[in-house]
Amino acid sequence: MKKDLLSIGDLSAEEIYRILDTAEAMREIGQRPIKKVPTLRGKTVVNLFYEPSTRTRTSFEIAEKRLSADTLNIAVASSSVLKGETLADTAMNIEAMAPDVIVLRHASSGAGHLLSRICTSRIINAGDGTHEHPTQALLDAFTIREHKQRIEGLKIVIVGDLLHSRVLRSNVLLLTKLGADVWVCGPSTLIPPGIARLGVRVSTSIDEAVAGADVVMMLRIQQERMQGAFFPSLREYFNTFGMTAERVARAKPDAIIMHPGPMNRGVEIASDVADGPGSVILEQVANGVAVRMAVLYLMAGVEDEAAA
Amino acid sequence: MKRLLRGGRVVDPANGRDGVFDVWIDGDRIAQVGRDLRVDGDTRIVDVPSGLVVCPGLIDMHVHLREPGQEHKETVATGTAAAVAGGFTAVACMPNTSPVIDNAGVVAYVLKKAAEANLARVYPIGAVSRGQRGEQLADIAEMKAAGCVALTDDGHPVSTAILMRRALEYAGMFDLPVIEHCEEQSLKGEGVAHEGFHASSLGLRGIPGEAESIMALRDISLAELTGGAVHVAHMSARQTLDAVRYGKSRGARVTCEVTPHHFVLTDEMLGAPVAYDTNVKMNPPLRQIEDRDAMLAGLADGSIDAIATDHAPHHADEKAVEFDRAPFGIVGLETCVPIVFEKLVHPGHITLARAVELLSLNPARILRRPGGSLAVGAVADVTVLAPEASTTIVASRLMSKSKNTPFGGWTFRGVTAATIVGGRTVFTNPDAPGAAVFA
Repeated sequence: MKKDLLSIGDLSAEEIYRILDTAEAMREIGQRPIKKVPTLRGKTVVNLFYEPSTRTRTSFEIAEKRLSADTLNIAVASSSVLKGETLADTAMNIEAMAPDVIVLRHASSGAGHLLSRICTSRIINAGDGTHEHPTQALLDAFTIREHKQRIEGLKIVIVGDLLHSRVLRSNVLLLTKLGADVWVCGPSTLIPPGIARLGVRVSTSIDEAVAGADVVMMLRIQQERMQGAFFPSLREYFNTFGMTAERVARAKPDAIIMHPGPMNRGVEIASDVADGPGSVILEQVANGVAVRMAVLYLMAGVEDEAAA
Repeated sequence: MKRLLRGGRVVDPANGRDGVFDVWIDGDRIAQVGRDLRVDGDTRIVDVPSGLVVCPGLIDMHVHLREPGQEHKETVATGTAAAVAGGFTAVACMPNTSPVIDNAGVVAYVLKKAAEANLARVYPIGAVSRGQRGEQLADIAEMKAAGCVALTDDGHPVSTAILMRRALEYAGMFDLPVIEHCEEQSLKGEGVAHEGFHASSLGLRGIPGEAESIMALRDISLAELTGGAVHVAHMSARQTLDAVRYGKSRGARVTCEVTPHHFVLTDEMLGAPVAYDTNVKMNPPLRQIEDRDAMLAGLADGSIDAIATDHAPHHADEKAVEFDRAPFGIVGLETCVPIVFEKLVHPGHITLARAVELLSLNPARILRRPGGSLAVGAVADVTVLAPEASTTIVASRLMSKSKNTPFGGWTFRGVTAATIVGGRTVFTNPDAPGAAVFA
């Protein structure tokens, strides 16, 4: 694997499968009475978060602790960014204390690339602006594979605010790389220009997009998007693009419903779908820990063992 | 002092010359141009080394010298040192300084700094509106009297049509062109890169080409309404070029310029070779291949009037941040001539005479300045070019105070050999064979 995980583009299909396979083993650790292995003992992992995050930060932290890494959380309030030191200076200061891995969440696309040019520590992108969120796509793939035993050939539809979603970009790269038939769907105001070049089908009709789908993945709609005139109201959004039981019925009978969270019930997804039989939303959260353990292990653990 | 530049290839489109001629300089003026000139005894004879080209001094009509107020980026002295090193005998400087060049006092200050530096000529461009705030007109008559050559709110487009109308009407009285940074602000929004596949992939907010062309069309219509002269700065989008062609076809007084980076680079550079390199962040943004190719076509077919660099120095610290937080702009004075040779002249897109028109004659005409010509009696602003000498750009070696260029490490064939301002040699290039004879 490359030094850093900034984008799904950094991974080959083989490496993706290796991460997913390793995550299977890691999940077993989480089912033991004593959920800890010494794999990353003596390694230091810094979780550097410039954006508030509950799910991702907690997931990384649990993964690190289960691998016995020494973990440190740095939450930088976004308000202090403008008056405080630059990201580059913060990175150099952290680097001076010689951590092995920096997990970065930042509001600017490409923030991880900036860090990567400065730091010898390994960088894991935990979400950069509207660019990517690679470990989310990996845990989504893990969850899909668990239910469908494969990814290749599945019809996977991603619905919602495509323009502002880093989850979208990572998932599109990963799922097309593994041979899925990926559809993206949302209001035309929220479709990134040129996205079809990534090898996806683009539709503004949710009925068309969902028809026969194996996997339906919903993306969060931020409430403030009406201010940008992307759509008129949350009610109209729900009526046009919200995932309801009637729409789910157009997908395959065994289709699974996914959401990276946090959900807006009644906006992008109806509660009876979110809590319904096809929903794997909480499994995604559970799998996130195993997948992040696998990434940390493969990036910070294995190579050193080979060198020793 | 009298000098005879003997036997060089003279390229002077204003006078229809492209061939071997002698150029006789007397003091700060061109005394004579012709074949085998006979000159008096107190003239120093300079035999132009073979292969070098003598042309009217290059004029960069779009430069940010940053003084007053942002001297950590550039000063008039460092900026004009970069200018002459790049072959420019004159630069027109933008008013988005601190304070803004919106009154005669600041115009005079810039000219005083230019006189102290005593390198390239400096033509201050005044603000259209007081403080570049788009509300009241700046002190246009007084700025003109103090030496300002054009008006612009560069970086802050004139947002209302009525103010642009008034500016064109009022500036027309003083024969001042209005230079517009065409950008419809609501379409630009918080954009940082060209709207398209690359920005989408990288999660960067996009700016469509239409943000530029919409305002160009508005301004062209207002030029027709008022009879005023509009100059479209740093054109980047193919739609804007079409707008300019449309305006010209209707007889509107519209001219336009393009920067080297917009006819060479594209938005592919956002992702590679260095992803999120803030030295490819400029406004207007690098656009897609179709736009770049349209600019090449416009340069060749005569639709584009001038090449200007939009030299925009920024301190390294300011650029060493997240892409969306970095300031827009790159330095351009010292890379322009090599790029024009390598990317336009040598591949045959344009002739050398056309290049001189774009870099010297037309900027002089648009700004109604002397220069752009080696006519008898013209100012002796002369640039000597070495079309075959190669250079590799090394950012740290630039004369500009700032080093923010995406062209570091690029090798180009064609450089400036010497720069002569008012008859006085202000730069010779040690890397151009034979250039020392001009010292």
